[in-house]
Amino acid sequence: MGLLDKLKGLLFGNETVREGKQDAKPGVKPADTKVEQKPIITKPKEEKPVADKITVGHVHMSGCTGCLVSLADNYEGLLTILDKYADLVYCLTLADVRKIPKMDVALVEGSVCINDECSMEEILETRENATIVVALGGCACYGNTTRFCRGGQQNQPQHEGFLPIGDLIKVDVYIPGCAPTPQQIRNVCLMAYLLLKGNDEQKALATAYLTPLMNLAAAGTEACGCDLMTEVINQGLCCGCGSCAAVCPVRAVTMQFGKPQIERDLCIKCGACYAQCPRSFFSFDVCGQYESITNLIGEVMKP
Amino acid sequence: MEYLGQYKAVYKAKSGCEDILAKSQDGGIVTSMFAYALETGIIDGAIVAGPGSEPYKPEPMIATTVEELFEARGTKYSISPNLALIKEATRSYGLDKIGIVGTPCQIQAVRKGQLYPIGLRDVPDKIALAIGIFCMENFPYQGLFQMVEDHCATKIDNVTKMDIGKGKFSVYTERGVNSQIPLKVTHKYEQPGCHVCLDYVSNMADISTGSVGTPDGWSTVFVRSAAGEAAFNKAVEAGWIIAESMDGVKPGLELVEKLATEKITKNQAYLEHRLHKDHPALKPLRNPYI
Ligand SMILES: Cc1cc2nc3c(=O)[nH]c(=O)nc-3n(C[C@H](O)[C@H](O)[C@H](O)COP(=O)(O)OP(=O)(O)OC[C@H]3O[C@@H](n4cnc5c(N)ncnc54)[C@H](O)[C@@H]3O)c2cc1C
Ligand code: SF4
Ligand code: SF4
Ligand code: SF4
Repeated sequence: MGLLDKLKGLLFGNETVREGKQDAKPGVKPADTKVEQKPIITKPKEEKPVADKITVGHVHMSGCTGCLVSLADNYEGLLTILDKYADLVYCLTLADVRKIPKMDVALVEGSVCINDECSMEEILETRENATIVVALGGCACYGNTTRFCRGGQQNQPQHEGFLPIGDLIKVDVYIPGCAPTPQQIRNVCLMAYLLLKGNDEQKALATAYLTPLMNLAAAGTEACGCDLMTEVINQGLCCGCGSCAAVCPVRAVTMQFGKPQIERDLCIKCGACYAQCPRSFFSFDVCGQYESITNLIGEVMKP
Repeated sequence: MEYLGQYKAVYKAKSGCEDILAKSQDGGIVTSMFAYALETGIIDGAIVAGPGSEPYKPEPMIATTVEELFEARGTKYSISPNLALIKEATRSYGLDKIGIVGTPCQIQAVRKGQLYPIGLRDVPDKIALAIGIFCMENFPYQGLFQMVEDHCATKIDNVTKMDIGKGKFSVYTERGVNSQIPLKVTHKYEQPGCHVCLDYVSNMADISTGSVGTPDGWSTVFVRSAAGEAAFNKAVEAGWIIAESMDGVKPGLELVEKLATEKITKNQAYLEHRLHKDHPALKPLRNPYI
């Protein structure tokens, strides 16, 4: 089977989900925001559904699609994930399913515009339909650039209130960063699979792996480069490693005399620096097994 | 030996190259391993602590030639944020196989970055050789400056080597050992973050090395991962490294383990103290470990 055929089959998940979608009542988007989502592929070629896959959806709130592009940037890795571990049951950009279905994992991109009724309904439906809600990327976790919105933009000038999803619903896992990286998204998807479908040992590994990202979700919806000062240096924890400076997407962090110096006006509040810092969270159990976990990821990602 | 981490083998070792040994801190293991790895394509560049704008103020640097590796020889007892270049190494330098040297905390940051690449797109699989050094503590530059200029009464510009060993901080100039102070005096200048550090011998590195345990001019080397083992054995075969058994070496692993245990139990106690359980009126300080 050619790659494209494979992609076609995979992007549509299994038949039952498609049928479910046809029963669904039409969307309630206001007329002016209604966009005809042309599915990329209209005639899915179904593969035999794999019984023990998990179901994953991508819910698009007010984000720039960069997070979704990052997911797709796993390239053939994405095919492996969709082939063996997960069915993509909802993804407006890629699959022709309009109503948010029941799913194991919802990857939510973007913050929620509270002035938009449809967005408010969708975030609620997401919470009600998903077992695990993952805030995918800085906007969903912390607001990111949408924190700076004050309305007035075309073509919805009245849209000025945007909240990270955790201010509206309970969120289980955070993937901070702008954009989040393909490898981080891959790791969370694989660990979610192991958590839901694995044996006891795999469940324990997945729990250990996901715990810090769950703790970030529990910790709140505000992030800033200032966290390096308030939560790391002020707390006497900084070791001067430089990870924070490496990961800042806008280069707001430089190292001076071995400590981060934050250009606060540049910071877009994506949360990457603090989450990457070895002194924000560090698990000896997980990182001490880096060799076997890396080998495991390599192994399961083989096509 | 739980504080020494997992390892496949441990050696008394030094460089097989006199030029490297001429200015290396100890057995020249770090420089020799990277030089061999560069020459043979195991890595295509290494992040090292190069010379900075002030004497003994390290500046992270990406070495892509053996000459550049030579510039970075020797220990700078101040913070060199080597991780700051880990993404850049794969971007403007275009490295696919990165070598990196770091203190135990920096090697922890490397492994966290590989397993949780929050902002390290396409970096995790490009770390080819992570060499860890032993580390009891580090000093912010201003503190190191004060130790050298005030306590050791030596102009930092004239210093040719600094070393910590046998309970002393020693400063060398061209005339030899110029001044020594007991380590006790230096404690107050330590980086606060070092006091919560739970690793002495870079347990998560591919290879880790330090001076403690072996005679002067030699290094103690732990070979830990499969990648580390392959690179080290080949470097020995090619004559870049001379490796001997640790059996019977004095002071040997016993001293390494003693120091590791001291550091880690002391810092564990400090982490416990930070919770302020004895002082319910004080709120707990944050604990990064889960
Ligand atoms: C802060 C600090 C504390 C240390 N404490 C101990 C100790 O308690 N016990 C012990 O046995 N050994 C300790 N070491 C390690 C020891 O001093 C040597 O660095 C090590 O043995 C390597 O020597 P070498 O001859 O193999 O390396 P060389 O061939 O001389 O190369 C040294 C390498 O280390 C890198 N480097 C130098 N300074 C730093 C820095 N500040 N941060 C990151 N990388 C750096 C350089 O880039 C260079 O590549 C410490 C090192 C540091 C930096
Ligand atoms: S300083 Fe940079 S990495 Fe940190 S939150 Fe701000 S933009 Fe993100
Ligand atoms: S990432 Fe490293 S340098 Fe930055 S705040 Fe954390 S410990 Fe300090
Ligand atoms: S003592 Fe620990 S925290 Fe401090 S520099 Fe050494 S490895 Fe890093």
